[in-house]
Amino acid sequence: MSTNSYAGVDLALDGEGFLQDPAQWTPQIGEAIAAANGIPVLTDRHWIVLHFMRNTFLSTGDAPSIRGLGKESGVPVKELYQLFPKGPAKLAAKICGIPKPHGCI
Amino acid sequence: MPSSRRHIVILGGGTAGTIMANRLARHYAPDLEVGAIDISVVDENDRHIYQPGLLFLPFGMYDAEDVVKPRGEQLPPTVHYVQATIAHVDTDAALVVLEGGRQLTYDVLIIATGTRTAPDETEGMSGPGWQERVFDWYTLEGASGLGKAMATFNRGNLVISITDMPIKCPVAPLEFAFLADWYFQQRGVREQVTISYVTPLDAAFTKPAAAQALAHLLEEKGIQLVTEFATGSIDGAAGKLISFDEREVAFDLLAVVPVHTGATFLLKAPGLANAMGFVKTDPATLQSKHRPNIFAIGDATDVPASKAGSVAHFEAEVLEQNVIQFLAGEPLTNTFDGHANCFIETGFHKALLIDFNYETEPVTGHFPFSVGPLSLLKESRLNHLGKMAFKYVYWHALLPGYDIPGVPTHMSLAGKDL
Repeated sequence: MSTNSYAGVDLALDGEGFLQDPAQWTPQIGEAIAAANGIPVLTDRHWIVLHFMRNTFLSTGDAPSIRGLGKESGVPVKELYQLFPKGPAKLAAKICGIPKPHGCI
Repeated sequence: MPSSRRHIVILGGGTAGTIMANRLARHYAPDLEVGAIDISVVDENDRHIYQPGLLFLPFGMYDAEDVVKPRGEQLPPTVHYVQATIAHVDTDAALVVLEGGRQLTYDVLIIATGTRTAPDETEGMSGPGWQERVFDWYTLEGASGLGKAMATFNRGNLVISITDMPIKCPVAPLEFAFLADWYFQQRGVREQVTISYVTPLDAAFTKPAAAQALAHLLEEKGIQLVTEFATGSIDGAAGKLISFDEREVAFDLLAVVPVHTGATFLLKAPGLANAMGFVKTDPATLQSKHRPNIFAIGDATDVPASKAGSVAHFEAEVLEQNVIQFLAGEPLTNTFDGHANCFIETGFHKALLIDFNYETEPVTGHFPFSVGPLSLLKESRLNHLGKMAFKYVYWHALLPGYDIPGVPTHMSLAGKDL
């Protein structure tokens, strides 16, 4: 666990940089985390995914998987990889301020 | 009084469904006798497959007939076995509708329909080369076909790939890689065969401590590890795996683990199941998040535990008690901790053992088993013998729903190096 300052706010993060408390998140913090992770600008397409993911987490307590995102968010899986390179579900979760998805064991 | 008879309907006659039917039939034996309760198990076919055995088919260690028995024979005579395809569940009317129109009403529904591989979720997977050089060895047909292809494979690239998580028995693809190294050495062609392990994860396994030990074993055995590879499509004609971010891995023979989904009827059940058809389930009580009179167990749930037979076995004790409390109108007081326990076959008649739950990672140490300690996260011959003996335990103790001596439902920290 560590703390880091994004958009001028001190945030508690887990070992991999995920927000400990989703309630601390703001869109400005999301933009700052994105920039620190190689995404300088968040487009409308990014925000569709980020809002969908965050709302799903807040209403169900769990983040959707990549394939769940592809089926339900309106953004196909291939595009998810373009928007959030390498691990879209993980990176999008980090940017939208929710815990690391644990759907895969 | 037939009007007061209560119906327990179990969907799925695999590992989890069979264990539940046996446990509940024992508990409710007097009620079944007088007709106060009846229990039905629905499955679409009568082939109960010992799924851990599928791993050994491609290496000629087991035949198809070693791993299949009729489902009905694993159930007690007091339970109705209904062989039919499930069309849908009407959760408002508490009704299961079967193909052909037959309906089963329930007071308690237990969903134990497991998970299945869905090759068609990935572009090209079931296209050219399917069942020739591309095999889904999580099915009996695929594992048998792969066995034939392996027997004549003398040189080239063998690729073991996981398409996406979650999958059944997440250690099985690693075991496949370890066994392949052993198998080709036995056949004297190991130097002409490259073995690659391709995973969408950022490491060899989902749990960091185990991932490190397992990555080390892969390296020791000369198996290439390709991480963060999310398979977007397969070109069977050219022999290429292509990721969503356009990386490629070439293969001559592909042992693929396709995307997993829940049962077909759950894919069209929003509310009850998620987008992949896994039942939205309380991870502690195993009650559906959608309706209180529905429970789920085993691979069919969306709980963050391994999709493995050991998990179904541990869940069964909790679920039995909760179903009994539910039918008695009492609050549910039994909780599942995510306990999983897996042997990992590593070739050369050795195996590892891992033991973990929702909160505790697999670590080294020893497992205080009734016949002597088994080493955790470390290769040993005794672990291998445990793995091979498990087939007998499966049919004769696990499916009938007995507790396995020395293997408690809740994970114990005893012996673990924490």
